[in-house]
Amino acid sequence: MSEKIATRDAYGEALLELGEKNEDIVVFDADVGSSTRVKHFAGKFPERFFQMGIAEQNMVGTAAGMATCGKIPFVSTFAVFGTARVADQVRNSIAYPNLNVKIAVTHAGITVGEDGATHQAIEDIGIMRSIPNMTVIVPGDAVEAKEVVKAAAEYDGPVFMRFTRGGVPVVFDEEEYEFKWGKVMPIKEGSDLTIFATGVMVGEALDAANRLKEEGIEAEVVNVHTIKPIDVEGVVASAKKTGAVVTAEEHNIYGGLGSAIAEVLGENHPVPMKRVGVKDTFGRSGGPEELMDYFEISAEHVMSAAKEVLKRK
Amino acid sequence: MTEIKQLEDKAREIRRSILKMIGAAGSGHPGGSLSATDIVTALYFKEMNLDSDNPDWDERDRFVLSKGHAAPVLYAALAEKGYFPKEELQTLRRLDSHLQGHPDMKKTLGVDMTTGSLGQGISAAEGMALAAKLDQKDYRVFTMLGDGEIEEGQVWEAAMSAGYHKLDNLIGFVDNNHLQLVGKTEDILDVHPVGEKFEAFGWHVIEIDGHNMEEILEALTEANEVKDKPIMIVANTVKGKGVSFMEGEAGWHGNAPNEEELKKALAELN
Repeated sequence: MSEKIATRDAYGEALLELGEKNEDIVVFDADVGSSTRVKHFAGKFPERFFQMGIAEQNMVGTAAGMATCGKIPFVSTFAVFGTARVADQVRNSIAYPNLNVKIAVTHAGITVGEDGATHQAIEDIGIMRSIPNMTVIVPGDAVEAKEVVKAAAEYDGPVFMRFTRGGVPVVFDEEEYEFKWGKVMPIKEGSDLTIFATGVMVGEALDAANRLKEEGIEAEVVNVHTIKPIDVEGVVASAKKTGAVVTAEEHNIYGGLGSAIAEVLGENHPVPMKRVGVKDTFGRSGGPEELMDYFEISAEHVMSAAKEVLKRK
Repeated sequence: MTEIKQLEDKAREIRRSILKMIGAAGSGHPGGSLSATDIVTALYFKEMNLDSDNPDWDERDRFVLSKGHAAPVLYAALAEKGYFPKEELQTLRRLDSHLQGHPDMKKTLGVDMTTGSLGQGISAAEGMALAAKLDQKDYRVFTMLGDGEIEEGQVWEAAMSAGYHKLDNLIGFVDNNHLQLVGKTEDILDVHPVGEKFEAFGWHVIEIDGHNMEEILEALTEANEVKDKPIMIVANTVKGKGVSFMEGEAGWHGNAPNEEELKKALAELN
């Protein structure tokens, strides 16, 4: 298959490029900068890099204060610590006053792997989605990740971005890729069902669609990078066209992409639907790929979900 | 009239505004607003470099009311200073008012940071102080916390960080009134001695009588001379200060005076 690049690496690179172009960009770390890749920015722009130590709540609050002074803070840590741990601070110090802070977390989902459950965020999208004024974006590969970071910096308001620890197949062409804020991105046309996917599951969904095609099933694949605000029009259009939906995310089936799609379709165009995701259980140690299998969120599971909804059509 | 006397008169007027607005709203936090009044008065009417015609002036001194529930004292000071018409104070907490139950920087002119969830304002203040250092600007950042509030862990994250970053443009106050919501701090989770704790975290500590205007001004003068350390002024205060039946009573943390109580209170502040 294509090369694999961790989206956290794309983030680190994009952040460095941003730093070169915009001197208002400031970056915050809580002692995980080598892992979140903000170390590149730190190396080049030490005066704009703020090491806050293992004290995430203060990190978020401090970033909020900086935003009131015209800075554009990027706050990074692992997904578990950049959401649940600091939810009150994100809510009350950033989102409620609508301050221009970007929460860019890495090490999201169960593909974090061996570190295990305490470090495998499966509720982070759900938490951020529930907070007003928060834009929630989950890039599918390194190409998209870079564009997302650039777009987030241009946008005036709170943005949550989710990146991977491990390598992810590059799905998009750098030359051709165009990021459209708040819009779904159909990447494969089909008529039998729609697979809405986000993050690492975009590659899995494409893989599943290709294999389904061999069995005579034409699956449409739609990349939903922006979970909030959800593109109601785009989601409904595809569901109307195909009449059956599978959602796929490296996240709990409660609260994330699946929930967002279910909300939209339930209110606008109900169709048979199946959510592929972590079934409301905590993660565990293991290799990233074997964990995707263990938690039933790999291409194979997208395929069986597809066949299931087709039966209900 | 001496400057001290002028400030004391201003403080009295602010106390009256606090009581009237909370009375009109039927809810609010009189105790902790009254204990903070003398300090807030000194800040807004003597110490801070401000321009009420330019609330967003980027060289201004900032004030973060980390103990956000004392919003009435901040609102009273802002109105008195001309950020918005004083009559609007009577609309506190109403649906159609910009004056929210806790300070909202997007709704009320002059509010530098949205606060209300305890322990968060001091972090924001640290961020503003860091921004000043980064931009090599001379503005100072003031913040006020409650002694109950400093039970929140985030306060100590910020204290550690500010001390570590040597933020000598950050001047904090602890409104040390020894009371919190359900009772006395010593019966709940006693954080005293407060000064020693901040000293241990690398702050320059000054202890004062928070109702003595001269001591407040002297402390601020001392604070301006300190280099390479943030400053914490531990102000010994009385919750409900200025109203005899409110003084030292935990019950007046978050309860509004009724019509009769308001009348009695205002009579004492003449």
